[in-house]
Amino acid sequence: MPNLSRETFLNIIISLGLLVFPFIATAMDEPFYITLATRVAILSLAAVGLNLALGTGGLVSFGHAAFFGIGGYAMGILASHAQTYTPIFTWPFVIEGTNQMLIIWLVAIVMSGIAALFIGLLSLRTSGVYFIMITLAFAQMIYYFMISWPTYGGEDGLSIYVRNQFPGVNTLDPSSFFYICLALMFAGLGLSAMIKNSRFGAALQAARQNEERLAATGIRPFNIKLTAFVISGMITGLAGALMADLNRFVSPTMLSWHMSGEIMVLVILGGVGRLYGPVVGALIFIIFEFIFGGMTEFWQFYLGLVLLGVVLFARGGAIGLLAGKARHD
Amino acid sequence: MTDQTVLQIQNLNKNFGALKATDDVTLDLKKGEIHALIGPNGAGKSTLIKQICGQLSSDSGKVIFNGKDLAGMDVADRAKAGLGRTFQVSSLVMEFSALRNVMLAVQSKLGTSYRFFKNVRGDNNLTEPAMAALKRVNLEERAHIMTAELSHGERRQLEIAMALALDPKAFLLDEPMAGMGPEGSKKLIGFLDELRHEAPILLIEHDMDAVFSLADRISVLVYGRVIATGSVEDIRNNPAVREAYLGSAA
Repeated sequence: MPNLSRETFLNIIISLGLLVFPFIATAMDEPFYITLATRVAILSLAAVGLNLALGTGGLVSFGHAAFFGIGGYAMGILASHAQTYTPIFTWPFVIEGTNQMLIIWLVAIVMSGIAALFIGLLSLRTSGVYFIMITLAFAQMIYYFMISWPTYGGEDGLSIYVRNQFPGVNTLDPSSFFYICLALMFAGLGLSAMIKNSRFGAALQAARQNEERLAATGIRPFNIKLTAFVISGMITGLAGALMADLNRFVSPTMLSWHMSGEIMVLVILGGVGRLYGPVVGALIFIIFEFIFGGMTEFWQFYLGLVLLGVVLFARGGAIGLLAGKARHD
Repeated sequence: MTDQTVLQIQNLNKNFGALKATDDVTLDLKKGEIHALIGPNGAGKSTLIKQICGQLSSDSGKVIFNGKDLAGMDVADRAKAGLGRTFQVSSLVMEFSALRNVMLAVQSKLGTSYRFFKNVRGDNNLTEPAMAALKRVNLEERAHIMTAELSHGERRQLEIAMALALDPKAFLLDEPMAGMGPEGSKKLIGFLDELRHEAPILLIEHDMDAVFSLADRISVLVYGRVIATGSVEDIRNNPAVREAYLGSAA
């Protein structure tokens, strides 16, 4: 491609930077940085999920922690049964736990998809502030449910002692696990770019901008938005499973509204509806946490100031600031 | 005669509180005709269109389209069933180009809105029919212009192109000439004159020259009630109509 837009150029630089990052961190003798970069990749993936609903579809979900947490618990529950060699349930058939990432991911995606279908069916009947509040309410319901359910640790959560396995990869090696997460982040980005440019994506963007027109054209906006919401929840759910695997720990915190807010902050910081917005948002977030978190407990206050600046002065987020307004056609 | 009737509206009612917006309206649209709906501002013309399209529910009465009662069908269902509608105030996807707006209608017509992977740009199955529809309303040179940057008149044309791309069985055009210059109006009159042979048109229009030159039949709506239906001559000479409408307006 001879004419790269500034945004594409920026995206390539960020991708290459992330790809070579473990070598830089190793050269600097700071292996902990690889864990930070893994968090960037995972949080990016979570936000890529939200960005599909929020950026492309205009669905301001304040309950994506539900899917993030369900993904986390999918990993926690399966892996905890695997480590104690107890089946999850025995009737009407036996389901055992597992420590295989591929199975855990699949379960995380399916379970968060089912949750998104259920939540979407009810909450997409509303819009605007009501939609924000209902998605928040559903996420909080699941949060309190997990707090009060003693089987899987209640408020204390679940600890998993050994990271789960991926065929042919030593997942205990930080770089290897980082590349797994990074690959899934790229897959998520690729999928969301593809969806945005597809026929479904065209209908979804039309649903965001002018529902009345979409309906008059013979495409039911509700079904389009529900489908997008489910795909969005699935992507964020997968990210939740990865985050639980990174921390080897899952607790109701992953389900709380703070988490929903955090995912939304990533999208807004980076640029709503921009392909790499979630990645840039997660980069800024983690860098802030690392640099200012070491200096002051109140680093989120400064992050808040940055967010305020972005919302007030850079409507397209950090990407809008660096690469200009989004191009339409 | 019934074979010729495409759209039949029977005893349709709609009240907003004490206001009778649609008062026992009965009218029909026959194959090959332009049936104009005229009436002073606030007569309930747009309300009636919204009821036909399913945007507003009716308190009572029936809308029968191609022999099928549309009760219980929503806006998208009715559009799929073949009601091609344009809005009184242009309602378009503003961040899409003109072409992509029409492509949306084409994918709806093809029933392929749940395809997730193929890029729509350069997808000839969408672009070719969309371009053809734009060509018919003389908008092909503006195909790649962002809708937000199109002039008011061009947006009116684009609305019609989107309706065309759905290949509807009846057109409901809500003031298609509104805001068009005299040149544009003249072209559009010529176009609608031909279009009626593809699918009949229920036409709401304030431009009386257009109505009188195009309409096969005219219905006059006043305070939500049809006070007269007839040929252009009948309506021109109808004293009640003259008093209610033409007397002051024309």
